[in-house]
Amino acid sequence: MNLATQGTPVGEPYVVEPSEPVAVEVQALSVWYRSFQALADVSFSIPRHRITAVIGPSGCGKSTFIRCLNRMNDLIPEFRMTGDIRLEGARIYEMDPTEVRRRVGMVFQKPNPFPKSIWENIAWGLRINGRRHDLAESVERALRRAALWDEVKDKLHMPATSLSGGQQQRLCIARVLAVEPEVLLLDEPTSSLDPIATARIEDLLIELKDRYTIVIVTHNIQQAARISDYAAFFYLGRLIEFQKTEDLFTRPRCSMTEAYITGRFG
Amino acid sequence: MHVRVEDVPRRVAVRRRRWGEKLLEGCLAVCASVAVLTTAGIVAVLIFETAAFFRVVSIWEFLTDTQWTPLFVEKHFGILPLATGTLLTTGIALSVALPVGILAAIYLSEYCPEGLRRALKPALEVLAGIPTVVYGYFALLFVTPLLRQFIPSIAGLNALSAGLVMGVMIIPTIASLSDDALYVVPRSLREAAYALGASRRQVVLGVVVPAARSGILSALLLGISRAIGETMIVAIAAGMNPRLTLNPLVPIETMTAYIVQVSLGDTPTGSIEFRTIFAVGFALFLATLVFNVFSYAYARRFRETYR
Amino acid sequence: MRRPKRERFLDGMLHWVGLGATLFGLLVLTVLLVDVSLDGLPRLSWDFLTSYPSRRPEQAGILSALVGSLWLLSLTALIAFPLGVGAAIYLEEYAGRTKWSRWVEINVANLAAVPSIIYGLLGLEIFVRALFAVTNGRSVLSGALTMSLLVLPVIVLASREAIHSVPNSVREAAYALGGTRWQVVRDHVLPLAFPGILTGTILALSRAIGETAPLITIGALTYIAFLPPLSLEGLRTPFTVLPIQIFNWISRPQKGFHVNAAAGILVLLAVLFLMNATAIYLRYRSQRRLEL
Repeated sequence: MNLATQGTPVGEPYVVEPSEPVAVEVQALSVWYRSFQALADVSFSIPRHRITAVIGPSGCGKSTFIRCLNRMNDLIPEFRMTGDIRLEGARIYEMDPTEVRRRVGMVFQKPNPFPKSIWENIAWGLRINGRRHDLAESVERALRRAALWDEVKDKLHMPATSLSGGQQQRLCIARVLAVEPEVLLLDEPTSSLDPIATARIEDLLIELKDRYTIVIVTHNIQQAARISDYAAFFYLGRLIEFQKTEDLFTRPRCSMTEAYITGRFG
Repeated sequence: MHVRVEDVPRRVAVRRRRWGEKLLEGCLAVCASVAVLTTAGIVAVLIFETAAFFRVVSIWEFLTDTQWTPLFVEKHFGILPLATGTLLTTGIALSVALPVGILAAIYLSEYCPEGLRRALKPALEVLAGIPTVVYGYFALLFVTPLLRQFIPSIAGLNALSAGLVMGVMIIPTIASLSDDALYVVPRSLREAAYALGASRRQVVLGVVVPAARSGILSALLLGISRAIGETMIVAIAAGMNPRLTLNPLVPIETMTAYIVQVSLGDTPTGSIEFRTIFAVGFALFLATLVFNVFSYAYARRFRETYR
Repeated sequence: MRRPKRERFLDGMLHWVGLGATLFGLLVLTVLLVDVSLDGLPRLSWDFLTSYPSRRPEQAGILSALVGSLWLLSLTALIAFPLGVGAAIYLEEYAGRTKWSRWVEINVANLAAVPSIIYGLLGLEIFVRALFAVTNGRSVLSGALTMSLLVLPVIVLASREAIHSVPNSVREAAYALGGTRWQVVRDHVLPLAFPGILTGTILALSRAIGETAPLITIGALTYIAFLPPLSLEGLRTPFTVLPIQIFNWISRPQKGFHVNAAAGILVLLAVLFLMNATAIYLRYRSQRRLEL
């Protein structure tokens, strides 16, 4: 995949300012891994209590982008960035990274429960964040919110790895919800799941958006169309277009976006 | 931006925690630096004592005198007899371990069924786990009497039996590491050769072994380093008679055995006799260091070829 | 077509010669074990285990050597285990790919190949002489400190490997919940790496228990007719260990002492066997748990 073969010059990105209050503001974000530039000059605002989908072909910088939002990239030694990210107005790269990660939770591509019991999976996040009282209540609340409680309430002390893939992913969501973040990042959370498990997670996300700002990376265009309110299209490390999902899918402003959503590449 | 009340005590906790984290990281860094300090300590101690030694004995004498008699009345400080002793036992050990180790590696990685390989490899590595004092016993009280059946003139203490047993001891070092090297040579390379109609032997000797050569060389160099530094087998079975000879049938003394010999006696610390063990130790350290460094370099080169 | 036939013969040759080379080592090992057993088994008895050394071979025993070995082993474990695991954690989880961590890495790799007798010279100069006030010279403490430095690289290498094999997804999950580095290491990485670390440590210690040369260099005695008191003062008493007792008996001319040496070797090998069996069992158990 190459810009030249698409025959479309990279113009100015088309970015709308959301009408809702802003939760996360990204300004002129550029990222390098050693000398490779993974993101170039990305700026847009993520609305509070909405689902924002990040779409684009593989290798376009989607994952890199959301890993900046909770400073997971700090763990990669070659990582270097310029620009600014503000969470509710505060610069996250000036905050304590653990504080950022507590307020901006993350769910990964492959379900990665700790190889411990279901209970321990949820309780650990609570404990390290200094919430030791009402542990049982908090664990239950998190599992209920992730629509998992009824399935696991009788086997809380079984290993988490004994759950099905879809259940494991919902456990990972519950684990994040337990520490009560403001923002929930999901990096292709359903790519390793079957359609039924995927549908359950999509329903869950729609339920959750009243309380959380959700950013989901997906390579599944239909999924983005089904669940998101806003959508950002990335291509070769650049933000090409960001607007309401409805508009992006019906009236894309950039020819590249149109080519991607109509399945002509990617 | 809304600040929740519960966030305030948390901030304090975060600050206190960050302090603890820094302290812990410091402790762990200290643990890691012990390795560097050990190397520095070894080099410093050896240089310090060796420098004191060379204030009395000239480097020229140390390197060229053909006698080593620091414990006698008439003192000579020529390291050559000890060096040839080490050279002799190492050479004998290698003449056993090199062919046996590499052939075993070829068998394990190319001919042996996978299940058998998983059993044979750890079994072979047991050889490396036997304490060297046990090998010394074996060399002195089993191998030497056995050799005497064929070579009646062999002395009770000799380089031959010590070298042979030392060779057995380093077989697993060479075999195991060479096997690792052969084993990771990519399948595609072998398949390309088989596709040309080569037999297994031709593939192994013509393609796989050359492809793994830096890994095998690394194993070999490490084996040599082991042999040079091995102490107890030679101290027990090769003798403590420094003499400039390459005759494997008579008692000799290696550099390591000399250090043991002095340590067993009651040489007063700080005397010139005492310092000789550091000078000899320094020579020993440098010799093994050269082989270790090259072994490490070849191992790295090999890893980088097939990653 | 003569070539294929000749080639098949050569191929078969390499196969059998290779098998022979592999079995050669095992054959020697068998002969060694049989030889030592034949010499030493008749001498093994309760008395042999519970007697002090003596000038008369038939009255001599290995009590002080056995106890000395156990002292040395426990002390070495106490010193080297935390240091080694700490260094491994630092290198794997904290240091990243800095120049400093590469330097430490090269040092560890090189130290693992430095002849053990060199460690003896280091111990003699630093622990026996320079730190005399602490160690009281040729004491079991000096021996344990020397041995700790000797096995440290092995423990570091094994622990690093164990820590390295913990899947990264576990770390990511824990960091993403707001865990600090230490919380992630303590609660997730270490518990998963622990069986591997333990196995590596036991194997490293089994190397220490067979070591002779560095302890001779720092001046472990061969004739010890008492047991060290179980106190801090006990750390500062002279000591001997099994391999040194064995070495001493081998170097005597009388046949009776050679028999004692063989019996002592059997005891030493039994201790080693126990340690290795424990390590293998731990490895097996942790592998099963990961597969579940």
